Amino acid sequence: MYIIIAGAGKVGWNLARELIEDEHEVTVIESDRARYLTVEEELEHAIQHGDASELWVLERAGIVRADMVVAVTGDDEDNMLISQVAKEKYLVEHTISRVNNPRNLEHFELLGVRPVVSATDLILRLIEHEVPHHGLVHLLDLRQEQLEIIELEVAEGAPAAGKQIGELNLPEGCLVVSVLRDGTGFVPKADTLVQPGDEVLAVLSPGDEPDVVDMFAPRDNGDAGLIRRPAREP
Amino acid sequence: MFVLIVGCGRVGSAIAKRMIKQGHEVSVLDESEEAHALLDHDLDQTWEDSGGRFTVGTALEVEALDAAGIQQADVVVCSTDGDNTNIVVAQIARKRFQVPKVVVRVLDPYRADWYSQQGLHTVCPTQVAIEMLTEAVASDGEPPVAQIGV
Repeated sequence: MYIIIAGAGKVGWNLARELIEDEHEVTVIESDRARYLTVEEELEHAIQHGDASELWVLERAGIVRADMVVAVTGDDEDNMLISQVAKEKYLVEHTISRVNNPRNLEHFELLGVRPVVSATDLILRLIEHEVPHHGLVHLLDLRQEQLEIIELEVAEGAPAAGKQIGELNLPEGCLVVSVLRDGTGFVPKADTLVQPGDEVLAVLSPGDEPDVVDMFAPRDNGDAGLIRRPAREP
Repeated sequence: MFVLIVGCGRVGSAIAKRMIKQGHEVSVLDESEEAHALLDHDLDQTWEDSGGRFTVGTALEVEALDAAGIQQADVVVCSTDGDNTNIVVAQIARKRFQVPKVVVRVLDPYRADWYSQQGLHTVCPTQVAIEMLTEAVASDGEPPVAQIGV
């Protein structure tokens, strides 16, 4: 593949190294002269100096034949527009953009720029995974497809506890795809009994989340409504 | 007409003052408090006494655009010193807030051209300068007297 990377920061530089090692053709574009010279010592002809949000710079880098553009500069406006012109003007098939400030995520979406990667968001998710607030962890959000996968810990006394999967009145389109119990995961059948302490993976549309949460891990009314997950044995 | 001007440098402040003299409602958004000085300069009274609004905030923050009154704006002028900021703000104004008219300054002629093909009303000072300078080189008449100020 021919891949153009906009921005030779830590992310862009390391990405270029890995991709070149995997025998892809790579051109990095960096606007800061000093940084360009530093990275050029290693990447040599695989880096060009210029502002990747300018069309002639992208054209000089050969964007018309690029299979992928990765916009990882430290500037969200630049990343948005680089991906936008790559896709809409030069018809590049794949673009990936970095979101520096998660508050700008909505602007990327508004401009139709996707997929995006936000380090802050990823770390927030990891924190949520490590220290869940209410027995609910978002594992995957597919916004465009209107689907998400969540992990729930079945609470003591939850409506679903003690019932068979088939008996549960789940919203249409919600599917329990896996149950983790005593360290093993299995795909549940209609007669699988849900037990408190089970970790349940469910696929659903985002709008149904509150109903599903109420069924498996309803929030207490008092004390901020948090159900703490017991510490796992190592 | 309610005009929101995003970016209050030489260009933005001059448009703001001209618009307020023409009797329009004008709100200005800039990330720097100091930009306000440009608005007071050359007016008989202060910017606020002339009826103008001024908000300090970053153009990409929806809260700042809201505070500056983008919901009521009939026209948004994007005149910060960054092409990319201007183009993004212009798209936010159009797609998210459905502002009827959005005018955006883009210094890079190539991008000004492409985004105008995409439906943005771009104005490219660089292209204007290119035309004028080329014309000036070709002409053998007296140089025109420039009109400065608001």
